[in-house]
Amino acid sequence: MKSLAEVRAKMGEEYKQKFTRARVVVGLGTCGIAAGGDKVMKALQAIVAGRVLDIDVDFTSCIGMCYAEPTVEVALPGEASVIYGDVNPENVIRLIDEHVIGKKPVEDMAILQIVENGAKAYEGITLMEDYDFYKMQVRTVTSRLGRTNPESIVDYIATGGYEGLEKILSGMTQQQVIDEIKTSGLRGRGGGGFPTGMKWQFTHNSPGDKKYIVCNADEGDPGAFMDRSVLEGDPHSVLEGMIIAGYAIGADEGYIYVRAEYPLAIHRLNLAIAQAEEIGMLGENILDTGFNFKLRIKAGAGAFVCGEETALLTSIEGNRGMPRVRPPFPAVKGLWEKPTNLNNVETYANVPFIIRKGGEWYASMGTEKSKGSKVFCLTGKIKNTGLVEVPMGISVRDIIYKVGGGIQDDKKFKAVQAGGPSGGCLPEEKLDLPVDYDSLNAAGAIMGSGGLVVMDETTCMVDVARFFLNFTQAESCGKCTPCREGTKRMLETLTRICEGTGKPEDIETLERMGRVITKTALCGLGQTCANPILSTMRYFKDEYLAHINDKRCPAGACTELLTFVIDKEKCNGCGKCARSCPAGAITGEKKMPHEIDITKCIKCGACLAGCKFDAIYKA
Amino acid sequence: MSVNLTINGKKVNVPKGTTVLDAAKQAGIFIPTFCHDPEFPRFGACRICVVDIPGMRNLPASCVTEVTEGMEVYTESPAVVEARKTILELLLANHPKDCLTCERNGDCRLQDYAFQYGVKESPFEGEKKNHPLDDSNPYIVRDPNKCILCGRCVSTCNAIPERSVIDFGYRGFNTKIVTGMDLPLAESDCVYCGRCVAVCPVGALTWKPLAGKGRVWEMEKEEVTCTFCDSGCKFNLLKKQGKTIGVVPKSTAVGRPLCLKGRLGLQLKYMDEPALPFIKKDGVFSQVSWAEALNIEEVLAKILKMNNSNEK
Ligand SMILES: Cc1cc2nc3c(=O)[nH]c(=O)nc-3n(C[C@H](O)[C@H](O)[C@H](O)COP(=O)(O)O)c2cc1C
Ligand code: SF4
Ligand code: SF4
Ligand code: SF4
Ligand code: FES
Repeated sequence: MKSLAEVRAKMGEEYKQKFTRARVVVGLGTCGIAAGGDKVMKALQAIVAGRVLDIDVDFTSCIGMCYAEPTVEVALPGEASVIYGDVNPENVIRLIDEHVIGKKPVEDMAILQIVENGAKAYEGITLMEDYDFYKMQVRTVTSRLGRTNPESIVDYIATGGYEGLEKILSGMTQQQVIDEIKTSGLRGRGGGGFPTGMKWQFTHNSPGDKKYIVCNADEGDPGAFMDRSVLEGDPHSVLEGMIIAGYAIGADEGYIYVRAEYPLAIHRLNLAIAQAEEIGMLGENILDTGFNFKLRIKAGAGAFVCGEETALLTSIEGNRGMPRVRPPFPAVKGLWEKPTNLNNVETYANVPFIIRKGGEWYASMGTEKSKGSKVFCLTGKIKNTGLVEVPMGISVRDIIYKVGGGIQDDKKFKAVQAGGPSGGCLPEEKLDLPVDYDSLNAAGAIMGSGGLVVMDETTCMVDVARFFLNFTQAESCGKCTPCREGTKRMLETLTRICEGTGKPEDIETLERMGRVITKTALCGLGQTCANPILSTMRYFKDEYLAHINDKRCPAGACTELLTFVIDKEKCNGCGKCARSCPAGAITGEKKMPHEIDITKCIKCGACLAGCKFDAIYKA
Repeated sequence: MSVNLTINGKKVNVPKGTTVLDAAKQAGIFIPTFCHDPEFPRFGACRICVVDIPGMRNLPASCVTEVTEGMEVYTESPAVVEARKTILELLLANHPKDCLTCERNGDCRLQDYAFQYGVKESPFEGEKKNHPLDDSNPYIVRDPNKCILCGRCVSTCNAIPERSVIDFGYRGFNTKIVTGMDLPLAESDCVYCGRCVAVCPVGALTWKPLAGKGRVWEMEKEEVTCTFCDSGCKFNLLKKQGKTIGVVPKSTAVGRPLCLKGRLGLQLKYMDEPALPFIKKDGVFSQVSWAEALNIEEVLAKILKMNNSNEK
């Protein structure tokens, strides 16, 4: 076998060179770019070129703190790296003037510092390991995110990349690789949590001379972006995981199914594939071991159901992405009827770490039945929205309050939606649940792909259920009757309830529909589409009843059920409300309390937003 | 290898690999089906055939579930009945209720099962699909509003390699069986073989030439085999009061292309009053002579010539 030693040594040198100059690194994930990271980059380049400065301007992916984007890292040789947040094309000049040239970090913009490789720490800036957002995190899959250049194979290899592949090719048998994954206890990160080692074993054991490896990078869940972040931040780790899987099960070909809405991920994957092929980690006769493995990218057209594994395979085969009946499972008859191993992005990205550091190491993290760490997306009414990686078993409360910093605007927590449209809502009393596959399932939510949407007291739970049903009914592939017709009727029922025309028997109808669709639908989409309704009815039934019986929305969110009222005590008759009302529904004498004619009111809320005396409220 | 199981308490012994649906059939137990087609099994879409198998997480579809040793199956448990009724209610909620004038009245699975499970009305009031009727061509009428999306027409059309004229289109509630670009059948590549009409379990696909000519219970059927080519497709002659009023393809088995020419030829041969046929010329349908429709003008001319010369 050829060794990577020479390549690694050369790239290691090149990598070290980076740290001999002042570096300014901009976070250019999709989120960073959306927040204006590319403009910051342009401004920086202009400054550096204009002043002919000896500074290395580089880019990386999202470090996870989406709430502080655009982020920029500044590091001087031998000193700690300082991460700055909310950087814009105007204030970036301070980072150059004060930090790079003046050698003094800009404290009011600094978020934290990272001290590595014997560098010197600055005083007065929080260390990453002391910073609340990161304190409870363990960064494995996300370890390179926001730290390396995702378009550089030099960065990947210099930070341990392809060591896992080299290790298995230099003497591990297929079975030994599978056993290592089994030992790690890794479970699929795509939602179901199926043990990965077992899946590999099935595909390995399936008879067939042609087998495939497929990576599910469809990520259709609303509010989820962990797979995108990994693909954008560390594409080589996904490739390496897939190549290792290919070796283990005896496949020589793989597909990455990425949604076309992820152009940056596709771009970086394409680059990574070309780089890996160039140094012989991908393609024919890898490292002279006789092992061949080639990879292709298939861009999916963004149908949620194409994340379902059989629909995904059908789509790669060039047909309409509709699920097929299982069994046979893909491990037996998958792509073009050949045994196929299909895993999620995060699942594959974990593999190189497990191989490098050993299955035991991975299994030492997490709970008895859910090992390792899990990447979550924190979104909704939470202070620190972003990407976090925490050990399995941490409580939902810790994720929300310690990592996520609690609820925005110090409002009251109401529920957290876990697991996307197939998941469920957990109320306050379930917050101490440990995050693992089984506890979440038992509580009526799921781990899913890892989306956590936090909701505060202003969120109506019936409306939340309606939101998810609206999504699933639009995304149903239409193949099976219960899902195609049933989601539509459940959505209509929920809509009626939200509009105040719900009937008492609707509760029973929703329960029956949920029961029947869950039990009879063909694929996971239909089988789980009722979860948002069932879980909100389980924990927030009183809200349903208030809508149906009292025609009232306790959260004040369902517009049709609201009336705007003027508090006569507080109103001083300034008349601002009357002027802002587009429907002419407000009248009153100057300096006298005003009144709203509810028959004219269109419930736009303009009056409420306009009143300076808090005299208008929703009831 | 054979497998022992019980269905509704009845002991059954069937070969390994048999589906629960077929095992039940062998035991004389009826399970309703819409999408199941013995020619193209394992589609598993309509879910009306679900059964209760203790130990399984859901109610599996019997047409795609294989029997296992010792399996216990209940085909009419309360959960199954609830599921079937709900599925029927859902289908009816999205279906025109004009059974009285529907060509398939009396020969419709949706009607049969609604009767069997006592589903008179649907409790769901809401949006209904509202697609235009496609009677753009002289042979097949498509009423997408009556379509229950069982997919049998798609499988059967796609089974003839160069056809593949129709497929599922759109998503969710808007899902519809479509031709390429969702064109009317007349503007598509359809060859009017009628494989799709032969398998449609409801009134979504019907024969235009037969419209208004009779009810299924008034008609007798007589099987004939087409001899136009060596595929040997089977057709039914439909007879009412002793008169042959139509010819329709019977089985859509593999290797049976069921072409339009065959059907027209049989119509000419057997029907008492065959109407002149239509064929597509330059993309539009026009009524033509039988000789032109069957593409036998030259042969006919030669026969006539030879007959004439023989007579001399
Ligand atoms: C409707 C539906 C959508 C899904 N979407 C995704 C997805 O976007 N990404 C994903 O990895 N898995 C998705 N899954 C789960 C996959 O079908 C499959 O279980 C998973 O990719 C297996 O990989 P794992 O074992 O690594 O988790 C979806 C499942 C269903 C039913
Ligand atoms: S459950 Fe929904 S998405 Fe899945 S096959 Fe049925 S219709 Fe399609
Ligand atoms: S297709 Fe069946 S159910 Fe529908 S109208 Fe015709 S007879 Fe009635
Ligand atoms: S047209 Fe008939 S055969 Fe085709 S999907 Fe609709 S109901 Fe089924
Ligand atoms: S007949 Fe079994 S699913 Fe349609």
